[in-house]
Parts: sequence; C-alpha cells; structure tokens
Amino acid sequence: MLPIRAEAVSYVAGGAAILSGVSLTITPGAPMLILGPNGAGKSVLLRLLHGLLRPEAGRITPAAAIRGAMVFQRPVLLRRSVLANLRYPMALAGVPRPARVRRAEAALAEVGLSALAGRPARRLSGGEQQRLALARAAALEPEVLFLDEPCASLDPAATRAVEEIIRRIAARGTKIVMTTHDLGQARRLAGEVVFLHRGRVVECAPAEHFFAGPASVEGAAFLQGELLW
Amino acid sequence: MQDLGSAFMAAIALVRDGDAGMLAILGLSLRVSLAALGIAAVVGLPLGALLAVARFPGRRAVVVALNALMGLPPVVAGLLIYLLLSRSGPLGHWGLLFTPGAMVIAQAVLITPILAALSRGVLEALWEEYAEALRSFGAGPWRAVPTLLWDGRFALLTVLLAGFGRASAEVGAVILVGGNIEGFTRTMTTAIALETSKGDLPLALALGLVLMVIVLGVNALAQGLRDVALRRAG
Amino acid sequence: MVRRHLRRGLLLAGFALPAAAQERFITLASTTSTEQSGLFGHILPIFTRDTGIGVRVVALGTGQALDVGRRGDADALLVHDRAAEERFVAEGHGGPRRQVMYNDFVLIGPAADPAGIAGMRDVGEALRQIAARRAPFVSRGDRSGTHAAELRLWQEAGIDPVRGRGQWYREIGQGMGPALNTAAAQEAYLLSDRGTWLAFRNRQALKLLVEGDARLLNQYGVLAVSPQRHPGVKVKEAQAFIDWITGAAGQAAIAGYRINGEQLFFPNAAPPN
Repeated sequence: MLPIRAEAVSYVAGGAAILSGVSLTITPGAPMLILGPNGAGKSVLLRLLHGLLRPEAGRITPAAAIRGAMVFQRPVLLRRSVLANLRYPMALAGVPRPARVRRAEAALAEVGLSALAGRPARRLSGGEQQRLALARAAALEPEVLFLDEPCASLDPAATRAVEEIIRRIAARGTKIVMTTHDLGQARRLAGEVVFLHRGRVVECAPAEHFFAGPASVEGAAFLQGELLW
Repeated sequence: MQDLGSAFMAAIALVRDGDAGMLAILGLSLRVSLAALGIAAVVGLPLGALLAVARFPGRRAVVVALNALMGLPPVVAGLLIYLLLSRSGPLGHWGLLFTPGAMVIAQAVLITPILAALSRGVLEALWEEYAEALRSFGAGPWRAVPTLLWDGRFALLTVLLAGFGRASAEVGAVILVGGNIEGFTRTMTTAIALETSKGDLPLALALGLVLMVIVLGVNALAQGLRDVALRRAG
Repeated sequence: MVRRHLRRGLLLAGFALPAAAQERFITLASTTSTEQSGLFGHILPIFTRDTGIGVRVVALGTGQALDVGRRGDADALLVHDRAAEERFVAEGHGGPRRQVMYNDFVLIGPAADPAGIAGMRDVGEALRQIAARRAPFVSRGDRSGTHAAELRLWQEAGIDPVRGRGQWYREIGQGMGPALNTAAAQEAYLLSDRGTWLAFRNRQALKLLVEGDARLLNQYGVLAVSPQRHPGVKVKEAQAFIDWITGAAGQAAIAGYRINGEQLFFPNAAPPN
C-alpha cells in the first residue's frame, strides 16, 4: 500500500474549496501528524487519503477503493458485543476464522478490554469505546492507520491510554497518519508533521524541525497559539 | 351502557369457558397474521434497508409510492388478490381462493409496504451513523443491508409489531379472499363482522375485546423480550 | 417448480388444513340468509356425515354468489333469485336449476308504525302507504335475492322508489344483517327474509308488520357450476350435494330446522327445470 502519494489534490464541498493542490507522500516510518487550525481541511484530507472521499482534481495512488484502516473522532461502534465489533471488519476483509479469533483476543488484550469482551460495545465509557475502535482497526493489521482526532472528546487519562496504544501500534510497523489540534499530543507522537492552512499544505517536515523552528509564518503563528483559523 | 356491560361479561365468559369455537378462530387469526408477518418481513425489511442505503435514480419515487401503499385500502388489496387467485384468474390453478393461504397473501400484501416504509425510516438514521465506518471496512450497500437489519433489530421489532397489529385487525381483505367460511377461514375480525350483521352486538364486542387483549399480550410479550435482549446486548 | 414450492409454502403458512377440514369438500356460494339463520349449521353436518364430503360455505348476496360461480370459484350455488338463476343457466355457467325450499319475506318496521301498515295482508298496499308517507325505508341495494324481490314488489305496487333515493328510500349496499341494524337505528321499514329476522338479535324497536301475502314467497334454488366452463370445479361432489339436498334426507333435514319451535324453511324440491 505504501507509499501513498497525493498529487495536486483538490476538494470542493458546497461550492467552497476545502483543499487545493495538496501534494504529499506517506512512506513507512514514524507517525505522520497532520496539524492545522480548525477548518484547515485536516479531516477531509484524511478521508481522501483513506478513500472515503474522491478528489475533485489531482490523484491519489495507489488507486484502491479503501487504503488502510481508519478510526473516527467519534467511534462508530456496532450495536453488538465488544468481541463482535472486533470480528465484523475482519470477516469483511476475509480474515480466516481461526485468525479472526486469535487476532481479536490479542487486540483486546492490547487495549486492556479482555474482561469486557462480552459486553455491549455501546455501554462502554468514551475512553473504552475509542480504545475498542483502535483495537478493531489494528486487528485488521493495516499497513497504514488513519486516526481522525481520536482523543478530541476524551479526558486526559483516557487520552494518555489511547496515545500509549497508538505508540505500540506504530512500533509494530503500522504507519500512523493522524490529525490533531492538540500541540502537546503532536509533540509526543509525531515523527513527521504536515501543516495544513486554509486547504493548502504549508509545511511538510520532520517533527523535530517543525517544532524547533517552523519554516513558515503560519506555522510559527500556529505554534505560538495565535493562528486560530 | 347496558350493551357494553354485557359485552364485558360475554368476553369474560368466552375466555373463562375457553370456548372451543372461539379458540379455533383465535388460533387461525394468529397463525394467518403471523405467517403474513413472516412473509412481509422477509420481503419488506430488506427492501426497507436497501432503500435506506441505496442511491439510485427513481429512489424518491419508490419511497413516495411505498408511503402511499401504506394507505392501500384493504378492500382494494383484497379485490386484486381475489382476481389473481380466482379460478378464472392467472393464479387460479393454485386453488388458494377461499383458503387461509389466500388470507395470508392478502395480509402480507397489505403490510409489506408498511414494514418496508417504516423500516426504511428507522434504518436510514442508523445508516447515517454507520455509513462511513462500514465503507471504511469495505462494505458496500449490499453488505450493509444485513448489518443494518441486525443492528436495527430492536427498533425493527416495533416496526414488526405495527405490521402485526395492522394484519390482525384487518377484515376487508380477508373476508373477500377467505370467504369467512366457518371452521376454515373464519378469523376473529370476520367473526366480529358476522356477529355484528347478525345483530349480536354484545358477542361481536366481546370477540373484539378478546382480540384486543390478545394483540395487547403479543405486544407486551415482544416489548418484554426486547427489553431483556436490549439489557443484554445493547 | 418455484411456483409449486411457493404454493405449498403458502398452504403450510396458512395451516390450510385445520383439524376439522375434510379431504373431500366443495365450496358452496350461498346467501347470508341461509347461513345466518343457522340452517347450514344444522343441515351441513348431516350431509358431511352421510357422504364424507365437507362443505365450505361462502355466504354472500345472491348476485355476488352468482358472480363467484361465473368465475368458477365455487362448485355449487344455493341462492334465491329465480330470474337471475335462469340467466346464469342460460349463459352456460351451470345448471340445471333445481328448486330446493322456500320460506317467505316479511315487512319489518318500527313498532310506532308511522305508515300504519301493521297487519295488512296486501304487501303492495303496504308499500304504497310507506311511499305515500315518505316513511324511511332501508333497501339492501346489493343485487341480492332479497333486493331483487324488493324491487319486484315495488314494481308490482306501481311505485318507483328510486325517486325517494337519498331521502326516505335508503340503499345501503350491504347484507341483510347490516340492513336490519340500519333499520333498527333509523326506525325504518325494510323487507327481510324470515329466517334472518328470526335469528336477528339487535331488534330494538323493530317489529314484524306484514306477512302472509303470496307475493312474499322466497324460493331457493340450487345449481352446479359448469365443469365445461370451469374445469377446476368438483362435479361429482357438487352433484352429490345437489342430489342430497333435493333428496329425501336433505329435505327432511331442512324441515327439521327450527328456531323456538318455528320452522324456518319449507322443502319443496322438484325435478330440474
């Protein structure tokens, strides 16, 4: 699947340009954090890269229907047990039954939900739900995992737990591509940064370079907390 | 007032004595309506789910037609089925006219649009929530249909009860295609119609009360099962 | 193939064979009067016991019953409108017509009797009184045998009741029972067959006012539906029913049916005509 290349990608919704001429390449390695103020187009970019949206102009390769796996800001859990939630996408992906069972158990253990396997998924707490969503995506063993603000509605403790899981998934060699508006989180997780502003990629840099001294005025203003839109 | 009172007494007596004739009629009513509900569910629920997820030209027209068919007058449905199943009609060789099978068809035809239209509404809301995630898992609309039907099962139970209520309360169509034959195609509703026309209003009302209690019982049972399952499965 | 499975499925789904149902049966299209008076409940079990043939009665107005026969949806008909029956035979849908039994029509009306017809022996005179007083009159209006008889009686009385339509002359397009219910509610006059009247429970202020005129004779006939026209009909069983009901056993069974000691139907079977 990797590298995933976006070339001059534009996206329009309701007559307004959300993204214009975005180019970037996703290669194996440390997590890629997509940063930018609200409305910069982060979520749309993630959906384009994953394959949920089609670009208005430009192209994304490889030209698969769906690239990698994705976890949404608000986890979409099926009205089924925790275990059934884990197995459902694996069954769709054609994972053989014995492997499904094994991977589901491993994924539950990794996110610390083994004891809740039989519980209705939608009765879990917000943090547990997001951990389950992560486990569900990770159990697919995707090459690349897209995370759209996975901690946006979580408290600090739950956020730390989710970050820990993300680090472990990344350590296994899964490429993480993640949006966040939380600079602290970006510093903790990022290997490389894509800085998005008003639908354009303003900077694409290794994390330490970006945080040490952004090349763009917008990037600098963002790090100062002055760029809100 | 006196009639109402004697209707209550008659209803109690019917139940207390376990009146054999009434029990047979009641049994037939339940079997016919449940069979019709089964057929209508097999056709109507997937149709509703498909309409909830699929986007195709003419979808709006189908939805409008379905909503209109919910109001299909039973007598019209009965008449159409009568003409189809009549020995002079295209399906006459089935020999189903004036049998319980014909009543099952009539009720199924009446409630299939109800199940489809109501389940479309229920499942469209669920689809709105699920669509991105299911597409992310690589599930197309066809694969989404069984997923929505299963995950919407508790809401769909209410839809099924609405269909069952309509089926078991129906008289115009079943009297036409069933013939109201004593001991064979006489259901609670056609028996009520018959007793009304014989002028035995208290007995007719008593049968109506029994039917209402049974339908109430079926609803309570289904809701109870739903609550238990909901607590366990969320 | 698919169709056969579908059909079998539907039969099973409807549990098409309740315990009491017979393997051999005929479908008899008949009138509400014969069923609702309780006559069939009395005589049909005797027929089934004697012959092993079940009878499924679809009770309709005579006009509708004849239409069911015309479509081949019944095997035999037992109805009461001689002119319509002869038309049915002439069209080739079945026959021959055999007369079976008779009873009579009666004029029913409110006990207050605003038209003053109670006790009259001349039904024509009674109807002329009702029309003259514009007293409410409920008509079946459903092409039934009773409706046909009513229209004939008006004609013989020299009155066109349709001119009172929507005012005192009220055609309801329903069966005998609903017509009696309507008349009871509206304190109206109407023509009824005696059997349904005797079995009717919701009389309120209604009373039998005129009876006994020879023109009030209500003759029932029986016909088999033509197997040439409708290959699906059960010729043998239908004929067995006709032979039985016009024979000694059936005629005796008819004569034996009484409500409160009163005989409702009078057997008068005669050779085919």
